Amino acid sequence: MDKGRRKFLKVAGAAAILLGSKPAVNAIASGGEEEHSTAKKRDVRYAMVIDTRICLQHEDCHDCENACHFNHNVPKIDGKKEEIKWIWRDKYENVFTDQQHDYTIERLKGKPFVTLCNHCDDPPCVRVCPTQATYQLDNGIVTMDMHRCIGCRFCMAACPYGSRSFNWSDPRPNIEKQNPDYPTRTRGVVEKCNFCVERVTIGKKPHCELACKHGAIVTGDLTKKDSAIRKLLAENQVIRRKPTLGTNPEVYYII
Amino acid sequence: MIEKALSGSRNYQIWIVILLTIIGAGVGLFVYQTIEGLGVTGMGRDITWGIYISQFTFLVGVAAAAVMVVLPYYLHNYKQFGPITVFGEFMAVGTVVMCQLFIFVDMGQPMRVLNVILHPTFNSVMFWDMTVLCGYLGLNLVIGWIMLSSEHKDTEPPKWIKPFVYLSIPWAVSIHTVTAFLYSGLPGRHYWLTAILAPRFLASAFAAGPALLIILLLIVRKVSKFDPGKEAIQTLAKIVTYAMILNVFFMLLEVFTAFYSNIPGHMHALEYLFVGLHGKSALVPFMWFAAILAFGGIFFMLFPSIRANEKYLAILCGVIFMACWIDKGLGLILGGFVPTPLHDVVEYTPTFVELMISLSIYAIGALIVTLLYKIAIGVKEERIYD
Amino acid sequence: MYDSGKVITGIVAFILFVSFPFWHNVAFGLPEGAPDLPRVEGQAHCVADLEFMKANHMDLLNTWRDEVVREGDRIYTSPIDGTKYHKSLTNECLGCHKSNEEFCQKCHDYAGVEVYCWDCHLAERRGK
Repeated sequence: MDKGRRKFLKVAGAAAILLGSKPAVNAIASGGEEEHSTAKKRDVRYAMVIDTRICLQHEDCHDCENACHFNHNVPKIDGKKEEIKWIWRDKYENVFTDQQHDYTIERLKGKPFVTLCNHCDDPPCVRVCPTQATYQLDNGIVTMDMHRCIGCRFCMAACPYGSRSFNWSDPRPNIEKQNPDYPTRTRGVVEKCNFCVERVTIGKKPHCELACKHGAIVTGDLTKKDSAIRKLLAENQVIRRKPTLGTNPEVYYII
Repeated sequence: MIEKALSGSRNYQIWIVILLTIIGAGVGLFVYQTIEGLGVTGMGRDITWGIYISQFTFLVGVAAAAVMVVLPYYLHNYKQFGPITVFGEFMAVGTVVMCQLFIFVDMGQPMRVLNVILHPTFNSVMFWDMTVLCGYLGLNLVIGWIMLSSEHKDTEPPKWIKPFVYLSIPWAVSIHTVTAFLYSGLPGRHYWLTAILAPRFLASAFAAGPALLIILLLIVRKVSKFDPGKEAIQTLAKIVTYAMILNVFFMLLEVFTAFYSNIPGHMHALEYLFVGLHGKSALVPFMWFAAILAFGGIFFMLFPSIRANEKYLAILCGVIFMACWIDKGLGLILGGFVPTPLHDVVEYTPTFVELMISLSIYAIGALIVTLLYKIAIGVKEERIYD
Repeated sequence: MYDSGKVITGIVAFILFVSFPFWHNVAFGLPEGAPDLPRVEGQAHCVADLEFMKANHMDLLNTWRDEVVREGDRIYTSPIDGTKYHKSLTNECLGCHKSNEEFCQKCHDYAGVEVYCWDCHLAERRGK
């Protein structure tokens, strides 16, 4: 190659690098300038606030659990192995595993807290489902298509909150009283709280919210600034379960 | 060539009958499991994957190890592996079929598994796992069969098989990487949520797989007139040694990160496995046994004179295989579920039904390997007499 | 080909055997005992016309399922006269056809097609 061509190529190459570097650097190093919102843009975003201060005044109450489980034909199976639960109470230390310390205030220590599927904004269970049997609606609710579930239980492994249950055997013998308005499931599929999607999408409230006579459970649409749930979130400090995992849970607890 | 599998010595026939009996029992129990539901296994709400998935995970690694004979021979012309590549590929076929069967028997609705194909979900690692496993099965079956067929006809293999061979090399790595991704992307399971899971999987695969291959080749030499070659076996033994060293090293790296950082999420699973957690310690003896096997196996494999003695080599390969099997087949999956997301410790014990179905799947794998190896031996023995 | 007579005969026999369900009814006519389904009193027609429902009711149900479960679209407009129905197996279909045994099972037993809807969906309506 003669010297003139070589020199030209060198200059051209250097120019390309110089000219190309600014946009490249801008693209890579642009983080931190805009407002960083973790939430997806939605027209409707259902969420739930649980006021545990109210709930803790009624430690023997199981109204929300009973209402949900009756209305959805959730079977009652004893024993940790095969039990199925959509909403239940567990101890403070189990529900909020990252709030552990030796000097927990007495009014919380070992007390029952309601826990259920968090209908995360970024649900790992939806990410892993190989058939989209578990999927997220546009309104944020994570729900299931029982016809398509192959029972691989990948979603159960993915859920960081232990919210999902599997039908290890035929559930029907264990349903105490069948609700004719809702189907049962069959053995071999996963199930979980569905945010009463069959009610919420026709303007009704979830069973747990209605069942709580003391109003500890409030659901609503986070995109509506004047909704009751937004008011609660504006006026109270809330915590969520395992917030560092990037799931963006949408069940908020007023402690 | 298939006719070579249809006749054999008395021992061969007895072996086949034993395998078929075990398989028959397993099929019957699987029907029972399908009717009653997976509750007949030891799995439960908190330990949702047990023996079936853990065996699948372990066997994917063994299947991937075919690359350890294919790569040196086809990419780097290591002639000593020439005669045995087909045995590696056929071992891969048998193991991949076992993997798919273990997944199948673990499904709550096995009749719906085609939904994974009817409704492909590209963000789901399980969809990709199914894809790469089926692809790997196809690749190894075709490559092994074509290569053997060419040898049988005493001709060069057709040129079009070469791209498939080259494809099978990264594909082998991919099957185990994708399987590792099933676990290493789950935010709630801290024992699995580590970047080194895939390298750990690959290292233990390349230790356990060639170890099994060595044992199979020694059996082949014993029951037939085909000699895989002393040097080929010695090279495989070196691969097993280095891979096992890496495997144990990666495990120790995990231990360091967990305990030096003191982060509970990282430590809890290792504590459960090696000392017990919340009073539950069912896996502790298994894990220490595996540790002794692993370190002992590596130590003795380091001596060339011991490796050169094929009796000792067979024992050491069995030791290393067992150590990898306990680590992956027991410790990894069951440890991942401990503690539960609500920080309980729940233990898992497989039931008879589960164990018997697992055994019958192993019998199916053994049957496939037996039949394919019989064909391969038949072809190679003919060439010895020529 | 060696033994081509035997091989070809074998292949033809195999194809005939495997495709038996497809050509049997054409060759020998439908078996006896075709059920007579009870008419629904007070209803002139189903949610769609009879011939369509006979051939496609399973497709319709599958479409309803995906529309309700995945899109939240719970109302079906009948192509016959625009009447609106809820897309619900237990509430809408069984509302008129009354019972799985009397209606669905009669044809399904005859055709030998398993109906597993009722493994999950309830076959008893409220108030029955």
